[in-house]
Amino acid sequence: MRQLLLAAPILIPLVACAVTAMLWSRPEAQRRVGLGAAILLFVATLGLMAEVLSGGMVVGQMGNWPAPFGITLVVDHLSAAMLVITGLMGLAVAVYAMGPGAQERDRAGFQPLFHALLLGVAGAFSTGDLFNLYVWFEVMLIASFGLLVLDRTREQLDGGIRYVMLNLVGTTLFLLAIGLLYGLTGTLNLADMARVAPEVENQGALAAAAVLLLISFGAKAAVFPLFNWLPASYHTASMPVAAIFAALLTKVGVYAIIRVFTLVFAHDHALFGPLVGVIAMATMVVGVLGAAAHYDIRRILSFHIISQIGYMLVGVALMTPLAIAGSVLYVIHHIVVKANLFLVAGAVRQVGGSFALARLGGLWVTAPLLGLMFLVPALSLAGIPPLSGFWGKLVVIRAGLEAEAFVLAGVALAVGLLTLYSMIKIWNEAFWKAAPDTAPAPEWTRGQRIATFAPIVLLCGVTLTIGLWTEPFAAFSLAAAEALLDREAYIAAVLRPHPTQLAEVLP
Amino acid sequence: MDPSLILRVSAPLLLWVPMVVSLYLLIRGHNDPGGGFVGGLVASAGLVFYAISRGQEAALRAMRLPPATWCGIGLLAALGSGLLAWLDPAAGFLTHRWWFPDIGFKLPLGTALVFDIGVYLTVVGTVTAMVFALVGEEAR
Repeated sequence: MRQLLLAAPILIPLVACAVTAMLWSRPEAQRRVGLGAAILLFVATLGLMAEVLSGGMVVGQMGNWPAPFGITLVVDHLSAAMLVITGLMGLAVAVYAMGPGAQERDRAGFQPLFHALLLGVAGAFSTGDLFNLYVWFEVMLIASFGLLVLDRTREQLDGGIRYVMLNLVGTTLFLLAIGLLYGLTGTLNLADMARVAPEVENQGALAAAAVLLLISFGAKAAVFPLFNWLPASYHTASMPVAAIFAALLTKVGVYAIIRVFTLVFAHDHALFGPLVGVIAMATMVVGVLGAAAHYDIRRILSFHIISQIGYMLVGVALMTPLAIAGSVLYVIHHIVVKANLFLVAGAVRQVGGSFALARLGGLWVTAPLLGLMFLVPALSLAGIPPLSGFWGKLVVIRAGLEAEAFVLAGVALAVGLLTLYSMIKIWNEAFWKAAPDTAPAPEWTRGQRIATFAPIVLLCGVTLTIGLWTEPFAAFSLAAAEALLDREAYIAAVLRPHPTQLAEVLP
Repeated sequence: MDPSLILRVSAPLLLWVPMVVSLYLLIRGHNDPGGGFVGGLVASAGLVFYAISRGQEAALRAMRLPPATWCGIGLLAALGSGLLAWLDPAAGFLTHRWWFPDIGFKLPLGTALVFDIGVYLTVVGTVTAMVFALVGEEAR
């Protein structure tokens, strides 16, 4: 059962991708299959999470090839949390994508690509093998290229090409780093690599490979100074696509950084801690300043993704249990909030007719409920108590103070304030100021309205739950941090001799 | 582009010879170099030849099912081959099973072949989908 649950987050999107591809000419049926698969994926990830909480890390050797020779799937606390969030986002966006524009999207192949994206993300969160991680990155990239240019407009192709170029450079560096690491350690299994890495003679070359990995994961995560592809492309994508990108893509990069630098390069922390710390600070500041300069909702939100990535890296920079717990809590909170803001932006576009703040206004009068549902994630993003972002920021900043990284903590505080500025800007312009003369009447059916608002309400509920009932989430983050720092347990769990031997030899 | 007479006449040959070779490669992959990926590429090369000489419609007719469906069936076959792993619930996904029925000699039958067939179908579907899209672009 554990093995089935372990593979389920990969199998379900794969089946969904195959079946929706076979139903290419029947968008209606595709949508039904897609929704069913999204629900199933969410349930399966919850089951896997329960399994991890009750029985500890779930490890599986694919094809029964013993580690480190075969591909290992490992799901620990962090992976399980990321998978649950992936399931939740998949479900929310699958429902949201049934809103306005669903027909056009599904005819262009949204469903197979969307599930291929979920497949890549779930695979990246589950794998315990560096090369396999690269393969999942590729799956994710190819699916995201397709999703980005779904409407085939000139603007989208322009954004898509930038996205492709920068990400290809990133993955090429990733491949180079894998080659170097394989040469140095003789293994691709992360646990085995972690076992060998401290004893490698040529620590300089190992550090060089680590820097290459940091660059390639950093480009994925959109950290300073490799973030340019994100604001250049995200705002062109159609809204459900932008929401799932904002929720998951950069976070896979963050996850990879956390995983690799807490596991394989932990012994080199004296070198990488300060480096990641500087990157984290620069990322926070540049992102939030970029957001302050823009007047298009999608661009503001895109820049805020970058700024928030900085907070998530604090854990890797400080490497204390509290700091890593802060990062984990922050990632969980951020994915929910950020995806929700993009969903709200899509609804604002539908109700108000534009993404440009100058052309919006008066939504508080025409759509007060939408205003409330914007305020929850927006204030949470800025870190206003008692919403989820407050707790995330609190833990991160407290960890910074405890580790005597006062500059880092100070920057994190100041950036929170500037985030509030951007959110208030959207609020003032879109919701509060008088409506401009030409307010187009919203044209959508009841079904579309439900499909748009149901996921927004759901995610608001999750944000409020994390905010008001923080205890279990904080405790979980601490447990995840402890599991991440306990490298020996991870290595032992993956490399322990495999119990099942099946008769597969020739008679 | 108007295909030459020679190309048009030899088109069926250019389709079926690569098909047979591709199946040979697929089966050969069992114990020797070869397998679903190479086999799939050779098969799609045959289909692409056919599309160039007889036109895309004819090639799609020869394929019977649309490329996306080939992909889908391939993915499901590859995935299904791994599910037998759970005859033993502790085994990892994709653990392949073997049987050795005695039909005069021991015939080794394994689910790994089903996986390879899945790869073959997926490759054919993907490559033809991409190339036909490009050929269609040129024709327009």
